[in-house]
Amino acid sequence: MYSEKVMDHFQNPRNVGEIENASGVGTVGNAKCGDIMRIFLDIDDNGVVQDAKFKTFGCGAAVATSSMATEMVKGKTIQEALQVTNKAVMEALDGLPPVKVHCSLLAEEAIHAALWDYAEKHHIVIEGLQKPKNDISEGEEEEEY
Amino acid sequence: MIYLDNAATTKTAPEVVEAMLPYFTERFGNPSTIYGPGTEAKKAVNEARRILADALGAKQEEIYFTAGGSEADNWALKAAADAFRDKGKHIITTKIEHHAILHTCEYLEKQGFEVTYLPVDQDGLVDPEAVRAAIRPDTILISVMLANNEIGTIEPVGQIGEIARENGILFHTDAVQAFGQIPINVDQLHIDMLSASAHKLNGPKGIGMLYIRTGVKIRSLIHGGSQERNRRAGTENVPGIVGFGAAVSRAVRIMEEKIQKETALRDYLIERVEKEIPYCRLNGHRTQRLPGNANFAFRFIEGESMLIMLDMKGICASSGSACTSGSLDPSHVLLAIGLKHEIAHGSLRITLSEENTREEMDVVVEELKKIVQKLRDMSPLYQDFMARQENRD
Repeated sequence: MYSEKVMDHFQNPRNVGEIENASGVGTVGNAKCGDIMRIFLDIDDNGVVQDAKFKTFGCGAAVATSSMATEMVKGKTIQEALQVTNKAVMEALDGLPPVKVHCSLLAEEAIHAALWDYAEKHHIVIEGLQKPKNDISEGEEEEEY
Repeated sequence: MIYLDNAATTKTAPEVVEAMLPYFTERFGNPSTIYGPGTEAKKAVNEARRILADALGAKQEEIYFTAGGSEADNWALKAAADAFRDKGKHIITTKIEHHAILHTCEYLEKQGFEVTYLPVDQDGLVDPEAVRAAIRPDTILISVMLANNEIGTIEPVGQIGEIARENGILFHTDAVQAFGQIPINVDQLHIDMLSASAHKLNGPKGIGMLYIRTGVKIRSLIHGGSQERNRRAGTENVPGIVGFGAAVSRAVRIMEEKIQKETALRDYLIERVEKEIPYCRLNGHRTQRLPGNANFAFRFIEGESMLIMLDMKGICASSGSACTSGSLDPSHVLLAIGLKHEIAHGSLRITLSEENTREEMDVVVEELKKIVQKLRDMSPLYQDFMARQENRD
């Protein structure tokens, strides 16, 4: 079902984890639908992405696209990082099954959300960046098992 | 490989394959003919019918072969609805039926029938009194599964059958998961129609059956020749039928031992998983469940990821997550027992056979512990949950 590259990035995901005091953090997706992606970006004073990490709740494709997307934005300027589209992530993974295309969209949205967070924190406007849709269900009640 | 998906399908038993083989070669005849190979085939078909009837406490002429469980379910519901449409248009079923029942009911709703989908409790049990309460003067059919395919809960069909009988309503049960796993007697359980499938009990794929009690007049499924007492025309799948018979004969022979072995393994697995993996729950009734079924929900992780990782370790299982159902919603059964979407996404179904061992269960638990932890370490839901826990302390 998955390409070798997807399987590789699922089995050996790159950049899993979090960045403390990250320049920008974006969380997108919806636990109800079974996918949540959180991307952390470390952006230096020159506007270059020094590091990227992720945490993802989701299927194999969701993990693999998070892994690939974080790889792709590292070392890029903000403007270049904006060009890491879902299509680019999918191509880098040698494609995804049709039902999993939404996972790559989520990766693109997560990067945009992290960049938006960065822009807000730094009171800057990033050209071409729109406020991401953020439909994650917040503050869910906890239940004991 | 450790195969733990026996509710999806089972390995055809060697003795079943052995029994089938001659009916592809020297005994290839059409059962409707009168010469040697045809008569032999006819005899074999009737012998299989007798074995199935005996296993259910039914009469030979009440067993009708179909191409599988879904066909039997479709036939039972559509043909009963059609036959009784002048009497009424109301059907009662449950929210946790297999799609072969649910989607057929949806089809019937489009044809003008009204369907009540009864809820289940947190263990997946249907309340017989709720069935009684749902009965209307125009109710023509009740269909409640014998055991659930996902969570393994065994339904009180005997009580439901009795209620149906008291009210003069036809009672059908989908026994695809239960037949060959636990004893079933159609008289004791007051069953009028029952669907079953061979490949769930070490028989071949592509062959199933519908039991129709004598006197129940429902429409024929396929019109044509006089096969299956005119009710399901078409030359019989002789090797499949013979294989079904051999599989049922084997299932009846080993049932007691199989139930004991699988129940012990299942309870061992459940005990270890519950003790050793935090934030997990058992889905389905703890004791009133199929011997080989264990179904867990692990919080903060998603089922497909778990399945791929298990597969990489040579372990085959299944999940009710959206990603494995081909839609955005997780399993309707898990939602019906009250699980929240995000928890239902993290479900894992393990279904045993009598060939599984305790050593295999140990391997599964050890791998599962690592996989669940690895996925939780990756999960933002787990990160948030742990942060909230820390804040609380």
